[in-house]
Amino acid sequence: MKELALNVLDLAQNSIAAGARRIEIDVAESEAENTLEIAVSDDGAGMEPEQAALAADPFFTTRKTRRVGLGLALFKQEAEQSGGFFRLESEKGRGTRVWATFRLDSIDRPPLGDMAATLAALVQGAPDADITYRRKSGGGSFELSTAELRRELGGVPLAEPEVLRWISRYVAENEARLSRGRGPGES
Amino acid sequence: MKTIEELRELRESMQRKMSLRKAGDDETVRVVVGMATCGIAAGARPVLSALVDEVGKRGLKNVIVTQTGCIGVCRLEPVFEVYGPDGSKTTYVKMTPEKALRVVSEHLANGRVVEEYTIGAAEREEARK
Repeated sequence: MKELALNVLDLAQNSIAAGARRIEIDVAESEAENTLEIAVSDDGAGMEPEQAALAADPFFTTRKTRRVGLGLALFKQEAEQSGGFFRLESEKGRGTRVWATFRLDSIDRPPLGDMAATLAALVQGAPDADITYRRKSGGGSFELSTAELRRELGGVPLAEPEVLRWISRYVAENEARLSRGRGPGES
Repeated sequence: MKTIEELRELRESMQRKMSLRKAGDDETVRVVVGMATCGIAAGARPVLSALVDEVGKRGLKNVIVTQTGCIGVCRLEPVFEVYGPDGSKTTYVKMTPEKALRVVSEHLANGRVVEEYTIGAAEREEARK
């Protein structure tokens, strides 16, 4: 994938497909530890240990349309190529957590990319799920919670284009604030 | 900066607008965007966002944009399907945000299929090669 935000979208689509009601997305950078951590956790159907062990294998998929499943395999490969690691924890009936760490200064690390567009796309596709995005960096932190937005919006659906635009701008502005908060010469 | 106060103002204006909307319209057109790994990697996210924005901007109240997994023609992604109120199905392939805008203005707003972007046209093109 060209940007890690597309991997996040792909992982969260798996959560939606697994019937998740709650999806938590954590993205944290630490200059001090030279890491970028991305975690997507859900309360979806989860997997049996045998299935979880094979989930990041490109030639294993539960899909019926074709016989390769590339999403998790790609994410794992990207993490390992940029000096990081990949973990998948899953429990049948409880949910799944996918977690990867990237070396922040690795030239092989894809950029984080457009998290604003990823969140707007996710909310559009699963307006009834409680999606929480927690973002941390040296420049500060912020959070987006669709459960909270839903309370503020009364009966207005989250998937309305005006609401999606608000979500996208809210995330984009906060991402920009966080990158401005970093020291000179860092990216 | 986007604030919660802005969201509350949005809520009031939206609630007024929504009460004007007709319920149970059987002229509904459904647009289904393929958002599996293959679609996402090929550029489905900006296509989806162009569709949602343009349908909203034009106020096409009878159009519903939804997402699905793999539609099964990964080599032609990004792909979306348009289901008309008459039960017709049109599959648009190798989409870009620009092409999606044209489908909104010609097909979704005016009912004219954009033939050159359909799977039929793409497959004829492949057969010629």
